[in-house]
This record gives sequence, C-alpha cells and structure tokens, in this order.
Amino acid sequence: MKKIKTQYNRRSFLKVSAAAGGGMLIGFSWLAGCVTDSKANLAIPNEWYDINGYIKIGDTGLVTIYSPNPEIGQNVKTSMPMIVAEELDVDWAHVVVEQAPLNTGFYQNQFAGGSLSIRRGWNALRMAGATGRRMLLEAAAKEWNVPLTNLKTDKGIISEMNGDRQLTYGDIASKAVAIDVPEEISLKDIKDFKIIGTSKKNVDAEKIITGTPLFGIDFKRAGMLVAMIAHPPAFGMRLIDFNQEEIKQMNGVKDAFKINISSEEPSWSDEKGFHELIAIVGDAMWPLMKAKKAIKANWTATSELENSEIHQKRLEKALKSGSVVDSRKDGDVAMAFVKATKIVEQTYYSPFLPHNTLEPMNFFAHVTENAAELVGPTQTPEALEGSVSKFLNIPIENITVNMTRIGGGFGRRLYTHFGVEAAAISKKTGTPIKLIYSREDDMTQGTYRPAYLATYKAGLDENNKLIAFSVKGSGLPEGAVFPNRFPAGAVDHYSAEKFNVTTNITTGAWRAPRSHFTAGAEQSFLDEVAELAGQDPIDFRLNLFNRAQHNPVGDNYDYDAERYAGVLKLIKEKSNWGEKKPGIFRGVAAYFCHASYVAEVVDLILVNGQPKIKKVWCAVDCGIVINPDAAINMIQGGVIDGIGHAMYSELTFNDGATNQTNFDSYQLIRHDQAPESIEVFFVNSDVAPTGLGEPGLPPAVGALANALYKATGERFSRQPFINQMKKAIPLG
Amino acid sequence: MPTYNLKINGKSHSIKADSDTPLLWILRDHVNLVGTKFGCGIAQCGACTVHLNGNAARSCSIPIANAQDLNITTIEGLSDDGTHPVQEAWKHIDVPQCGYCQSGQIMSAAALLKNNPSPTDEDIDTAMKGNICRCGTYVRIKEAIKIASTL
Repeated sequence: MKKIKTQYNRRSFLKVSAAAGGGMLIGFSWLAGCVTDSKANLAIPNEWYDINGYIKIGDTGLVTIYSPNPEIGQNVKTSMPMIVAEELDVDWAHVVVEQAPLNTGFYQNQFAGGSLSIRRGWNALRMAGATGRRMLLEAAAKEWNVPLTNLKTDKGIISEMNGDRQLTYGDIASKAVAIDVPEEISLKDIKDFKIIGTSKKNVDAEKIITGTPLFGIDFKRAGMLVAMIAHPPAFGMRLIDFNQEEIKQMNGVKDAFKINISSEEPSWSDEKGFHELIAIVGDAMWPLMKAKKAIKANWTATSELENSEIHQKRLEKALKSGSVVDSRKDGDVAMAFVKATKIVEQTYYSPFLPHNTLEPMNFFAHVTENAAELVGPTQTPEALEGSVSKFLNIPIENITVNMTRIGGGFGRRLYTHFGVEAAAISKKTGTPIKLIYSREDDMTQGTYRPAYLATYKAGLDENNKLIAFSVKGSGLPEGAVFPNRFPAGAVDHYSAEKFNVTTNITTGAWRAPRSHFTAGAEQSFLDEVAELAGQDPIDFRLNLFNRAQHNPVGDNYDYDAERYAGVLKLIKEKSNWGEKKPGIFRGVAAYFCHASYVAEVVDLILVNGQPKIKKVWCAVDCGIVINPDAAINMIQGGVIDGIGHAMYSELTFNDGATNQTNFDSYQLIRHDQAPESIEVFFVNSDVAPTGLGEPGLPPAVGALANALYKATGERFSRQPFINQMKKAIPLG
Repeated sequence: MPTYNLKINGKSHSIKADSDTPLLWILRDHVNLVGTKFGCGIAQCGACTVHLNGNAARSCSIPIANAQDLNITTIEGLSDDGTHPVQEAWKHIDVPQCGYCQSGQIMSAAALLKNNPSPTDEDIDTAMKGNICRCGTYVRIKEAIKIASTL
C-alpha cells in the first residue's frame, strides 16, 4: 500500500458537496436523469449522503460518482469515475455517473485538452475514492466499537476480519458524513486493482443509442429562445451595418441586432478574429436560417484578404529568410553535411484544417442583472467562466457553467467565443437563449489547425551512419518544430529551427497540435533516410534509440528512448514486420507526444489504383490502461482521424474566405475509406497512466505516407495525399 | 401558416409550420424529439437520418410538406427500450466515442438490415458512407452491423 497525504480539508468537501448535490443542478435534471434509474436490483435511494465532492452514497447502496472533466468522446466520463470506484472499493454495477459542474474551488484541471484528464486526475481521483472508503470504514468501526484494522471492504460491503458482522456502504453512509476527512490515507497496490484494467461500457451508451437529450444542442429551458449569428464573410473584414429593420420584420424573428464581444485584455481562449457579429433571435431554428440568408450587410476590409498562394509564399519565405524563434544545435551540422557521402532532403506541407466537430458550436446562456448561467459543450469551462465574467462585468462567483456531453472537441471547444456570444445575446434579449451555429458558420469562422511547411535534410557517412540531421519549419502562425524531440539526442550533428509567420486567419489547437504534422513529416523522412542507408526502417530507428539511451548527444531530449523503442519492438513482433505479403504494402511510424508512445504499421492494397487500407497495427505505451476496450476505441479513432485528414482534407482560402463551407466541398473520411481493421496492443506497465486522446493520431500520418510510397514508388509529402494520388495513378 | 398532420413513431401530430421547414427542425423544435441531430443541413453527414416508410432519409432536407402521409420513425421510436438488434449490437461493441452521429448511424444501419439482412462489407460501405463519424468509429460500426445481422 502507498500512503499519501490528502490534499483537501473538510471545508472544501462541504463546499462542493452542496454544489454538486443541490442548487447548481436545479433545472439540469435531464442531464442528471440517471440518478433516478435503479441499477442492478438496487432500489432508488430515499436519502443520499455526500461523502465528498466526488462521491454520493444512497441508503440502498447505490453510489453516484461525479466525473469532473468535460466529456468530448475521450470517454473520461467512464474512466475517471472508474478510478474513484476502484479506491472506494464498490461494485461498478452499483455506480451511476453524473457530470460534475464547474467548481474551481474543489476540482482541479477541469478541462479537456492535451490528453491530460487521466494523467492529471489520477492522484486526485484515487484519493477521492480512498478517502471515501476510509470514512465509511471509520464510521463502521465506531458503530461496532472495533479497531479499524479489524475491518475490510469488498465491493461496497464492510465486514469484520474475524467475525460475522457485515454492513453495506448504504447502511453506514449516513454516519460516514460526520467522520473527519482523514489526513493520510492508503492507496491500493496496483496488483489489487479490480476495476482499473477491466473494460467497462460507456456510461452514456444507453442514452446515446436511444437519442435521449444529452448534448448541448439538445438543452432546453422554459422561455428559452434560439439564436444564430452571422459573421463577416472573410478574415480581415468587419461589419458596418445590416438591414436590421427588414430582418426584424421577418416571420419567426423576434429580434436582430449587433453584438460586440471584443475584450480589452483578451485571454488565450478569447476570439481573435470576428468580434462584431449579427445576432438573430427567434422561437425556432428554421425561420432564423431563412432570415440569415436575407441579411444584406455592409462589410469593410480592415486588413489584407489573404489567399492560399500568399500563405504558401509566406511559409517558403520564412524558411529562407525568417528569424529563428526556437532552435537546438548539436555538433557542427554544416561541416557534417560537407563530409556526408549521401544527402537527402524533403519538404513537407499540411494545409489549414477546420475541426468539424459533428455537433456544431452552440451554448445556452441566461444572463440576469448580476448573474449568468451557462450550459453547453466546452472543453474549458473555467476559461469560459472567466471570459463571461470579464465580458459582462459580473463577479466570477455569480457565473455558473455546466457541461453537457460534447459532440466532438478536437481542440475546437477550448476556445470560448461561442459561449461569450450566447451571453451577449442573452444580455440583450433578457431571456434564456441557446445559440446554434450552422455548419457553414463553424467551417468558415473556425479556429483552424495552422498550415505548416518544413524542410528536413539528412546526411550519411560512408558506413551509412546518420551523421547530420536538420529541420527547419514554418507555420501560420507558428512553426511545427519541437527542437528536443527525436531524433535529437541520437545524431551527432543536429539542428532544429522554428519560424513563425503572420496571418489574420484565426488558428488554434487541433488534436495533437503540431505533432500531427511533425510526426507525418519526420517519420516519412526517416523512412527515406533508412532506405538510403539500406536499412530496415524499424531497425534503423532502434539503432538511433539505442544511441540516445546509452550515449546521448547534447544535454537533454524530450523522450524516454527505452519506452519509445519498446513500442517499435512490440509492433515489429505483433505485425510480423519482416513477413512478405504479396500485394500488401506496409509502412511504419512511431511517435511520442502527450506523454504516450505509439507505433503503427499500415497495411494497404491498391484497388483500381486507389489505396485501400486493410489493417492498421498499433502498439501503445500509455502506462496503466484504465479501461482497455475504450482505450482501444480511442486509438482506433486517432488512427482514422490521422489517416482521414492526411489523405483527404484541406481548407484553402481566396480573398480571405474559405473555399470550403460544408461537407459537400470539404472531404472528411467516410465509412468506405476507413481501414478494414485496426488492432491495438498495449505495453504492460505499472507506470502512472498518461493520455490517449491525441497520441494515436500523429504516427498514422507517417505510417500511411510510408505505405503509399511502397505502393506507388512516390514519396507523399504534401497533404492531403489524395491530390498527389490522383496525379500518380490514373483513377481506376 | 399551414397545418400539417405528421405520423411520428406511431403517433399523430398536428403541426403549424412553413411548408419548407425541414423535418429535422420539426422534430427538434416542434415535437421535442432531439435524438435526430443537426450536422450539416445539406444531407451530407447523415446525423439527421430518420426512416420514412422504413427507408433511411436525411430529415434536414425533407420539407414538412413532403413528409405528410409517411410513417416517420426517429431514433426514439426505433424500439421502446433500446433493444432493437442494432441498438443491442451498438451496446455490445460499445461503439460510441462522442456519440453525436450515432443515432444517425443506427438509423442508417437499421434501414440497411431491414432491406438486406446479411450485408457484405461492400453493402455496408455503400449504405453507410453518407453517415460521417468525426471520431472515427467506422471499424466498430461495421463490426456492430455484422453482429446485429445475426440477432
């Protein structure tokens, strides 16, 4: 057992207990509806007892566990409560899960980003469960007047070690609430885990498959109006005026007006592009959609209307003559390239991409004189609370934010403008409102993945040893270069240089920011270097990791070479890498980001000249795996996301506007283009768990590019690959 | 504003709306059946899939005037208690990630299996390629459809 100090006191528990069990959930009952379900033959409790901010126990033994973080599909609403339930030692069949409200006074890290929920929540969640178990045990010890050491727990039942007496958590919960929060508690040994490491079904599955209201877009409140916005038609333009009176007269329109959400001191998550918008309010969506089409507005250009040619030129210019904003240098790279007997160079590009969460941006807001209530899909409830407080000039303690289940995040809902816009509209109408974006609003007003360009160069000596490696990367607005990542530490003469480029297109985090590009570029480049060296691409990488592990170059690097090599070794074994399969073209890649290691092998065939992926093999080291089947699902999704965007998707610009506006002009990967199967293997580990939302995606890009090379003899360096595919091979 | 009589999940509804109002918004805003989702509004993503006389249709692009006299089934009416074979298979495979597209996926899959009880991989691709899953649960969806075909 591991003893750790608890980090909280009784006060904080009481604070959140009141919030989680009472007032803040009023009017939110459709989201908390699972509380009324009976489960596994346990009756619905008459009384609930708040053990702490994470745990509520009913008098029948039913346990409610609050999941603190936003659920965007990464399955934390199941896996975070699993960790609490493990240490509480309850039967998972007796657990119901509720989404916790935002409570910065109690919960920590209530956001969904950086694959951090499980990684950062691990200790707090274990402590919450262990603390609850200890309080229940102490209450039972007091009740029976026996020492604590005479008692044990198993699946929600407390019993004597040397006696017949038993009681359930439900029996003693009313007394446990009066027990002081222990200052020190014991955590389970990893080998004693009964819930962690076993596959548990998604706690919202029943609601999802029956269409029960669950998402922000489904939220309704009596007296609520719906609203839509119209933003300028291009980046670099601003609203002057519009045919307001005409729009207000239209059927189904209650009001139409301008809002301005600009802030004097914008935070990282506040809107950078479109501050002045047209808002239209009514009872139902369709009249608003029609009214939007009838808007006649005057816009003015306030900065350059950029296009994709300008973007390409700026990226290229930065690589030639830009100022370096971040770098690393080991050895003498210039001299090493002079000495090299073979040199290879390749330039990689990826376009701007929208996130395209399938649930469009939306938010509910009800602003009153000195308070505001917000409900909806946000990855950053705390940032939203701050932005709304700042915008309305209402104290933070008077703002509540409740999180619904979220129809996709991918980084898009880290940004808060749609919540602030909802607050601005509610403030004007004086009613509760729900703002809903159209798909076009979402795709043309995005906070896009930046566009990137990078040139990689490598030099081999006469023994085919990699002696020189350089990367120069530019991006709109930030280059995708991680100077201390692999192969830093493994090459004597190494340089990495990052360049930034200005643009007025708004950009932001997009699933595995920058890594989704660097993994594709670096891993297909290393494939090319390995080929030049006449070596197997996995063995070539393993040699480099061996160097980094035993005789590293430079003072530091960002990865654990042994774990990195470990996933490559595992994928080599599981995929039978050396085996030749006629007609099957294989590519491999490995990448480390967000604290997890993933290696992937793509097997593809050509059907009428077009690639069809038969199978993707994945090896993952994310430490302890909480919920294995859900973890597999997450990696499978990352693979399809990576392959889909690298192969098919791009957002281009003309006169400041996107050329793609909806799924007719913008291609997302579809059923018939997805891999036929994706098999996932995890490294057995007792290291504290790290995240899975992002790390599965980046290596898929490189593995795909390398498999396409085997199939076509062409290197794929410019995304989306489909454009080059059309040129390389005639359509079947 | 005209009144329309719609038969949704076996119940009759009398609804006042403009004739061009898409069935999607009738369901979501007028009848309060929000399981049918808004994704693109132009019949490209499949999130709004319902059954019209048993066939899969994109409700975002069906005006209410064209939906009269048809049997409309939404995800809420696919089964009484989430036990349609496709729903059972979805639970068994634990398909969803974010879950937003899944009611549309399930409706497309249920219509496919009704017309073709033992679909091949190609049949599944053809029937399902109008349904986007942004999270990438395609492999699981295919697996679940195959399981549902045996239930």
